[in-house]
Amino acid sequence: MAKYLLLKHYRGAPAAVNDVPMDRWTPEEISAHMRYMHDFAARLEETGEFVDGQALAPEGAWVRYDGEGRPPVTDGPFAETKDLIAGWMVIDVDGYERAVELAGELSAAPGAGGKPIHEWLEVRPFLTAPPTITE
Amino acid sequence: MDEALLRALAPSVLTVLVRRGADFAAAEDAVQDALVEALRVRADGSAPASGPGPGSAEPLRDAKGWLVTVAWRKFLDATRADAARRRREDRVAEEPAPGPAPSADDTLHLYFLCAHPSLTPASAVALTLRAVGGLTTRQIARACLVPEATMAQRISRAKRTVSTVRFDRPGDVATVLRVLYLVFNEGYSGEIDLAAEAIRLTRQLAAAVDHPEAAGLLALMLLHHARRAARTTPDGTLVPLAEQDRSRWDTALIAEGVGVLQAALARDRLGEFQAQAAIAALHADAPAAEETDWVQIVEWYDELVRLTDSPVVRLNRAVAVGEADGPRAGLAELAALDPSLPRHTAVAAYLHERAGDPVTAARLYAEAAHQAPHLAERDHLTRQAARLNARRQR
Repeated sequence: MAKYLLLKHYRGAPAAVNDVPMDRWTPEEISAHMRYMHDFAARLEETGEFVDGQALAPEGAWVRYDGEGRPPVTDGPFAETKDLIAGWMVIDVDGYERAVELAGELSAAPGAGGKPIHEWLEVRPFLTAPPTITE
Repeated sequence: MDEALLRALAPSVLTVLVRRGADFAAAEDAVQDALVEALRVRADGSAPASGPGPGSAEPLRDAKGWLVTVAWRKFLDATRADAARRRREDRVAEEPAPGPAPSADDTLHLYFLCAHPSLTPASAVALTLRAVGGLTTRQIARACLVPEATMAQRISRAKRTVSTVRFDRPGDVATVLRVLYLVFNEGYSGEIDLAAEAIRLTRQLAAAVDHPEAAGLLALMLLHHARRAARTTPDGTLVPLAEQDRSRWDTALIAEGVGVLQAALARDRLGEFQAQAAIAALHADAPAAEETDWVQIVEWYDELVRLTDSPVVRLNRAVAVGEADGPRAGLAELAALDPSLPRHTAVAAYLHERAGDPVTAARLYAEAAHQAPHLAERDHLTRQAARLNARRQR
């Protein structure tokens, strides 16, 4: 009944315990990681808690309005940008505790050496429609 | 066939199947299939492929009979397919045993089952909407803003969870009321109006069970629903109770709500929903916000505190005290409460403004906006802070 975003960062999150970049894993370790992510999403679909999951390319552009009749200005990517989102999962769960429990499981995805990455994931509640009865 | 009529028939059709010996989960699937088929038939005006026979495309006089026939056939088909898959013998008789006719108690047992304490609140809500409400999985998924596959899984898990629960055993009305309250508070998002659906289901429940709190919840819903047109602007901006255009309140719903409440209160078995409804009725009774009987509202909050001992109720009581005895009295009540309570900061902001301290109020409104879990509420609080800040700069 409450939706949460589990946010994965390329950059900007505190360092993971098993902090080895993916390009230095073995192909089998990468496969194991992908399988874990896939199974995790499949399991959440089965428990009726899955809403959405997407991965983002690291490279993007900054875009802004540049006035009437002019094309938008594009710029970047800026190397100094501290925060870089890698992807997300949206879950619909009974409450915050369950969201934290699931984020903990997702963070246990295997990385280098087949060991859990212990990656830091950001858990953010959705802003929802207010309840009808408040008084 | 009218969709509302079809949906209202869903629980009794389901209980017919269960009475004939179908297990709950399979029967519920079969009723869902029959409903989907009925809606399809209604939409394209064609004869249902698996309808009961010639003449079924004509306006159906016996919608329930049609649904029972189609649902039973779906159940047999599914059971046979299942049996074939498992290479088992078809154990289900072609002709249904007549079985005893379903009664109002059966509908009640269905409510109990769908709100069973072994279910999580989200599962109980979903199962109630489908099995009792007759909504399709797709409609429930849309209302809850989750993918249809997720909702289908949530419902089938819920059915597995209650599969060992005996269908005919009475449960606790209070758990059912809590589920219906949740449905009502989910409000309105898209094609399915969950508030109206909650009212329909609570009305049906209140008719089936002799329980003053069922009536109390129905009254509470009716009285709040009556304000709906005035509660938000067309763009979704929240309008606080004091600023609502009361001429837009639905007087028919108010009259019904007050009638239901009075009958319940006369039973002299007070409960929290009746007390909350009494507060809503006092608001409904005031032709203008200034004429609200806050002294009586505080008394009802005292009852609610006694009944629930809930910190949220104490917070709302502080607001009422602020109106009845002045903002300083409200702030004094507030000081005794845990500041981490949801909406505590918003209430403090409001009372500080009323007490003539716009600087503190503006700061607290901004802080409250930052903490607000709801979008419309956050926007409202941000606007309050902006209003006070703009006035200061002038």
